[in-house]
Amino acid sequence: MTGLRAIYIIWYRDILRFWHDRMRMLGSITFPLLFLVIFGSGLSSSMQFTQLSMDEFDIVVAGGLSLPGDSVFIKMPIDYLDFMFPGIISMSVLTGALMGGASLVWDREFGFLKEVLVAPVNRVYVATGKVLGAATIALIPGLIIMIFAPILGISFSIATVFKLLPLMFLLAVSLSSLGILLATRIRSMEAFQMIMQLMMMPMIFLSGVFFPLQGLPSWLNFLTKINPASYGVAPIREVVLGKEISDPLGIKLFGHTMTMWENIAVLAIFGAMMITLAMWSFSHQE
Amino acid sequence: MAENIIEVNNLIKNFGKLTAVNDVSFNVARGEILGFLGPNGAGKTTTIRILCTLAKPSSGQATVNGYDVVRQQHQVRESIGLVFQDPSLDIKLSGIQNLRFHAMIYNVPSSVREQRIKEVLNMVELWDRRNSKVTTYSGGMKRRLELARGLLHHPKVLFLDEPTLGLDPQTRNRIWEYITDLQKQEGTTIFLTTHYMDEADKASRIAVIDNGKIAALDSPAKLKASVGKDIITLKTDDNVKAADEIKSRYQIDAKHDNDELIIEKAGGNEFLPLFIKEFSVNIQSISLRRPSLDDVFLKLTGHEIRQEQAGNSFKEMARRMGH
Ligand SMILES: Nc1ncnc2c1ncn2[C@@H]1O[C@H](COP(=O)(O)OP(=O)(O)OP(=O)(O)O)[C@@H](O)[C@H]1O
Ligand SMILES: [Mg+2]
Repeated sequence: MTGLRAIYIIWYRDILRFWHDRMRMLGSITFPLLFLVIFGSGLSSSMQFTQLSMDEFDIVVAGGLSLPGDSVFIKMPIDYLDFMFPGIISMSVLTGALMGGASLVWDREFGFLKEVLVAPVNRVYVATGKVLGAATIALIPGLIIMIFAPILGISFSIATVFKLLPLMFLLAVSLSSLGILLATRIRSMEAFQMIMQLMMMPMIFLSGVFFPLQGLPSWLNFLTKINPASYGVAPIREVVLGKEISDPLGIKLFGHTMTMWENIAVLAIFGAMMITLAMWSFSHQE
Repeated sequence: MAENIIEVNNLIKNFGKLTAVNDVSFNVARGEILGFLGPNGAGKTTTIRILCTLAKPSSGQATVNGYDVVRQQHQVRESIGLVFQDPSLDIKLSGIQNLRFHAMIYNVPSSVREQRIKEVLNMVELWDRRNSKVTTYSGGMKRRLELARGLLHHPKVLFLDEPTLGLDPQTRNRIWEYITDLQKQEGTTIFLTTHYMDEADKASRIAVIDNGKIAALDSPAKLKASVGKDIITLKTDDNVKAADEIKSRYQIDAKHDNDELIIEKAGGNEFLPLFIKEFSVNIQSISLRRPSLDDVFLKLTGHEIRQEQAGNSFKEMARRMGH
């Protein structure tokens, strides 16, 4: 059997299962949408918004998020909702992708994995199929959020959507690989979900989804830079908000502001490492 | 083509201090049905797992269809089919989706795929329920679907780990018909484990396994013959007097079992007419039983398979509950 066909069969089963269970997805859409509605629209009245010109923006960006008294200032030349939108898309992809590993834990727990392991299919292809299945499913909530976004007053072009798709897919594949890698070694569903929750929170908060990554204490700053999600969020934001606005928010490594392609390269290298490890780990299990 | 499709040499599998498979050697000829008969925890599943490449032996080697189970895993997997003892279905998919997945991953040509799926689903009488999700199946239906799946891709060697456990007698018969057809028509070699003596009786040869060791391996008839004696059960007007007469006339100690007497005698079928003619005490009833595999098992291992089973399932339960 050709590798591509094997990958397809494994992928197809996961998609089929997802389709049978599609109502479960409501959960993964509600959460990000709620964020957009509450933080983006609802909270803007209680938050003091300062919309700045680009000149002012450059100056304050070094200060990032500041908390004078008990009101929150987010100093940006754009609406907070617009700022957060690409981040929320990234977040939905990230959580979906990491949680995608649960399908492998499930397969093992319910015994179905044996059926796959004893079949004459190279396990490298099985692992690849699992990663691609999880990645594909992780894209769907993000796409649905994009459909709802105009209702909330967020505007973007169709061209943006087509530019976003490959970026979202890269992020999805990279983090699905991490999820599947962990799932090859974590045997219980409870443990898997707990570990994923523990990883997800810092990954989301330190990736620039909710606030710019500038002006953080140096240890947090360090964490944001080793956070693979940061390199996924940055290009997605650049595509949605444009280079002019996203550049000052960009990731600075050794005094150099990472370009979009550099970010993509970092994420791709991380993804390649993770999928290789996932394949290896999946092939070397009893 | 080698004559033996499975060759096992000095196979050992340790789990920590426990030796689940203890220096086992045997061969299985192409096209035969080999029955593995043994109590819970004897090492049946562990042996199958090694032969099917799902576990690595601690030492020793084994080949299936001429391929080494450690070094040529892929070729071994291409040669075999396996019905697991434990559940292995995707319960979120429908019955037919489970079978389609299996057919695709085993490269069953698409020209025969749907036809075969229909055939095996009809055999296990699940055709009408083919589109229901497996979650809605009863325990026996799930088992039937797993069997149908195992038979779908017509492997060279079919491993069946307690295939008919929990199935009603009719279904068991139908599945056995299909299995023996497959063996005859396709020359499939069948390796099965079972607790059912009547099922083991259908095997070409039986390996009696206990505590990780093979105690005997032969055809059911020969194994029974090795126990030797036939068992005669009789009821008379005066059992005490009858026992005395049996003792003095044939030098056999008759055992009292409730209101019956049990005597063991080789060549019972020739002995019986003679005995009835000669005997002075009035016989109310008499029966002759050839030794069963139960008797074989008892003789070889010193304990009964059924008792052992009950005792062990408590152990098993305790283990599952983490004690
Ligand atoms: N993965 C494992 N880890 C530790 N011990 C194991 C493992 N698998 C099997 N064993 C032990 O090996 C022994 C043999 O188990 P096995 O499953 O081969 O028995 P079996 O003959 O199939 O029994 P049953 O009739 O209950 O299916 C048992 O004592 C079991 O507890
Ligand atoms: Mg077993």
